[in-house]
Amino acid sequence: MQQPNLTPTANLMLRETASQTAGPYVHIGLALAVAGLPERDEEIWNELAKDNAEGERIEVAGRVIDGNGDLVRDALLEAWQADANGDYQTAFDLKAPFNSFGRTATTAEGNSEWRFVTVKPGAIARPDGRTMAPHINLTIFARGVNLHLQTRLYFDDEHKANAGCPVLGAIESPARRQTLIARREEGGEGGLPRYRLDIVLQGEGETVFFDF
Amino acid sequence: MTLNRNLNRRFVERDRQWHPAAYTPGYKTSVPRSPSQALVSLQTPSVSELTGPEFSRLRMGPHDNDLLLNFRDADSPGLPVGERVIMFGRVVDQFGKPVPQTLVEMWQANAGGHYRHKKDSYLAPLDPNFGGVGRCLTDDDGWYHFRTIKPGPYPWPNGINTWRPAHIHVSVMGPAISTRLITQMYFEGDPLIPICPIVQTLKDEEAVGTMIGRLDMARSRPMDALAYRFDLVVRGELQTYFENQ
Ligand SMILES: [Fe+3]
Repeated sequence: MQQPNLTPTANLMLRETASQTAGPYVHIGLALAVAGLPERDEEIWNELAKDNAEGERIEVAGRVIDGNGDLVRDALLEAWQADANGDYQTAFDLKAPFNSFGRTATTAEGNSEWRFVTVKPGAIARPDGRTMAPHINLTIFARGVNLHLQTRLYFDDEHKANAGCPVLGAIESPARRQTLIARREEGGEGGLPRYRLDIVLQGEGETVFFDF
Repeated sequence: MTLNRNLNRRFVERDRQWHPAAYTPGYKTSVPRSPSQALVSLQTPSVSELTGPEFSRLRMGPHDNDLLLNFRDADSPGLPVGERVIMFGRVVDQFGKPVPQTLVEMWQANAGGHYRHKKDSYLAPLDPNFGGVGRCLTDDDGWYHFRTIKPGPYPWPNGINTWRPAHIHVSVMGPAISTRLITQMYFEGDPLIPICPIVQTLKDEEAVGTMIGRLDMARSRPMDALAYRFDLVVRGELQTYFENQ
């Protein structure tokens, strides 16, 4: 066993530090209020868009379900999404009306739902001329998950854009594509439209996870 | 506008044989939480994967990287119990290039092996002077450091008598969500490391070596704290012909 040598040798490349599960107490580090810890002045949390953010303000929510059909109550999720114009705001700033990045967690009690308040992202043109449908990248960490899982959330009222999206199209099985499509419903908190998507880690209805 | 540069950015492929597999039955919770379908590989990663948040505007508290002091308040003005430790290192990519201004976060149990988390019911007591969370940005050369106490090992329900080696959970963002990584730092020489089912999710001894904090006497503070060095290597950014654009 050796310390990673900071001067690349051999194949001219260092090996990536290996991943380990975030464990059941991930909240202490990344979601302090959930752990029951006092929050610091600025925390990264689940409101990506304030009232004055440009675009349609929405809520996205769902559960995380394991291979037994049980709720995963200790998951931490990260969102990365474009703003309403399809641009990523890379400079995270809690004073800004919109941030592209946020975190949320499933709850230990009750319905165990994670939730983000955000705006609906715009479509994103790629250099090859194809357009990706509006989507939110989601990263999932949890006890029992050795290396975080990466997926995307799409919107069910973007039928045409979804049909042309090259990333959805890369999923061979049309049935499996449906595992990424959030369903719109009215009556989110504060009257926001809500899009709902359950993430299924294993088995029937298993969510598509990406490698990139 | 950095769109062109970002879109032509590429990262070294993540070696999924090096990292733990999703399904590792020795670590029981992975059994129902591991996908059974193959991952869908994005042959052409897009701006959605090749960019990520940058946190230099995140306002940190003065003691966010000092766990000896950051849980102090009027009711608990003392210092935490335990071995005082400096944990430090450098975040570099696979080509040895420092990753500046990237967010490093960490969390840990107290010296008795108890987390300040409402779901942790281990019988070792909480320490009134210890919270167990830290964060900082790397400097311009990729260095980070924390001041803390060495966490205790703790038992957990996997086998009948399973113990975690002393460890600190570490989260690093890197330049894009493609480089996102969460790991754990173990302490050099801990006899619990090789028998831990979570460590054993890794097949490669050398991969385990990337998670070991090494005692560094030269960086230790006499009569104060031992230092452990823990370098983090994130996926390398490949240089492309558009980089000067
Ligand atoms: Fe732990």
